[in-house]
Amino acid sequence: MIRYNIQKLGANVIDFVQTTGMMGIFLTNCLRQMLTPPHKIMSIIKQIHFIGGRSTIIIIFTGLFTGMVLALQGYHNLKDFGSTDLLGSAVGLGLIQELGPVLTALMVIGRAGSAICAELGIMRHSEQIDALECMGIDPFRFLMVPRYYAAIIALPMLTFIFDVVGIMGGYLVGVVLMGVSEGSYFQGMYSSVDWSDVQLGLVKSFIFGLLIIWIATFKGYFLHVLKAGGHGAEGVSRVTTDTVVLSSVVILASDYLVGTIML
Amino acid sequence: MEMNNHNEVIKVEDLVCHYGEREILHNVNLTVNAGEIMVIMGGSGSGKTTLLRTMLGLNKPSSGDIYLMEKHICGLSQKELYKIRQQFGVSFQGGALFSSMSVRENIQLPLCEHTRLDRNTMDIMCRLKLEVVNLSGFENLMPAELSGGMLKRVALARAIIMDPKLLFFDEPSAGLDPVVSAELDELIVRLKNAMNMTIVVVTHELESAFRIADRITVLDQGNVLITGTVDEVKNCKIERVQNLLNRRPRNDQVDADEYMRRLTGTVS
Repeated sequence: MIRYNIQKLGANVIDFVQTTGMMGIFLTNCLRQMLTPPHKIMSIIKQIHFIGGRSTIIIIFTGLFTGMVLALQGYHNLKDFGSTDLLGSAVGLGLIQELGPVLTALMVIGRAGSAICAELGIMRHSEQIDALECMGIDPFRFLMVPRYYAAIIALPMLTFIFDVVGIMGGYLVGVVLMGVSEGSYFQGMYSSVDWSDVQLGLVKSFIFGLLIIWIATFKGYFLHVLKAGGHGAEGVSRVTTDTVVLSSVVILASDYLVGTIML
Repeated sequence: MEMNNHNEVIKVEDLVCHYGEREILHNVNLTVNAGEIMVIMGGSGSGKTTLLRTMLGLNKPSSGDIYLMEKHICGLSQKELYKIRQQFGVSFQGGALFSSMSVRENIQLPLCEHTRLDRNTMDIMCRLKLEVVNLSGFENLMPAELSGGMLKRVALARAIIMDPKLLFFDEPSAGLDPVVSAELDELIVRLKNAMNMTIVVVTHELESAFRIADRITVLDQGNVLITGTVDEVKNCKIERVQNLLNRRPRNDQVDADEYMRRLTGTVS
């Protein structure tokens, strides 16, 4: 029994090291292809539409309710200290530095990351990626580059939308419903949120975009060799679930790391 | 490295392939001459698809050499492989069409990626190839709207869009009814005659193989049993070839003690 457990542990360690190495090589290949022109602009726009455009509604709703909840909680807490004037700065900082990039990334993982992983997995399973290679078309250029560009362009844009809608949600609850003065709401925000906070949010969303697309494309592309993969519908479902779980954890961990480095 | 005999379009020498620790192909040797249809035949698990994928450069061999159109492909970089692959066409078992693209876009994909032809010329070429595979007027349909036979014919149209000299088929008649299968076989022979193509077909369908083949290679458990003309294969005295041709189930003698040891996992 002990021997079996040690063997299993060893196999898992080897698998982890191999997968990490493969992920590194995969990302290097993708980034190298991204930096090698020419690129098909139409394919990139199509992917921006898929990752960004189609996520807009869900981002608007999430942003609105997040801003509203933030203002509601903030108002009741600040009221005890007689500091409701700080509501604008609490909502603004909370959204722009943290909640905007993180929640946007989590929404995009659920909507686009899983779909991209499943799409690539099915393409692998139905030999479409092999067919590309046999036509002399580099799958990294054809499949990965547009998705990578789209993710790192769309995520900051979606985060921006999330932040703006969230601030409006906060305004709705704080100013319209709770009666905080409009001037103090926006003045508080204006005085406490500076360019470095916006920068932090944008850098985070850029990094999150890269991480999401990296994990989703890697898991789908290597469906056939990954331990969680295998062939068939079950393999696709497993790597898709893996993508959502791993991406979410990585986003939260990297949020802390980026925050530590930049704050 | 280049091979010497210019009549040989494909030459496979002492090819060994593994999946993990399992050896799939054992010292396979094979040559395909220019302008012939070579059928690689064998039962399920005989290694024929592995051989095809290795010839295409999709699997890395453990040892051995493969020469494709006078180029030794085993040591080539990915970039060089992509260049060579532009010179041949492949039709996969399930068609491998891109579901988000129309028939026209699927067929034109190699042209879009490798040439600078204008849209009109590409449309004309697409229509021509669709005519070759008897699917005129289907260019605006999506793959989901096509039957299995149509999918395979569209895949064939895509494979020949660049007018390759070498064409590979993986199980072209698998899952098709006898009539559609016969039509596809006829099409393969027509392509060879009209365009002087060299064609490699991997199949386990005996009738189809005998209908189209100039030469047949029979694979069994990763070994080449025989390579020869249709008559040579039919008259071959090797038992395993006859088992395959006569659809006789394999009758391996199993030692009872050995079987029990395998079953219980005890090592003698």
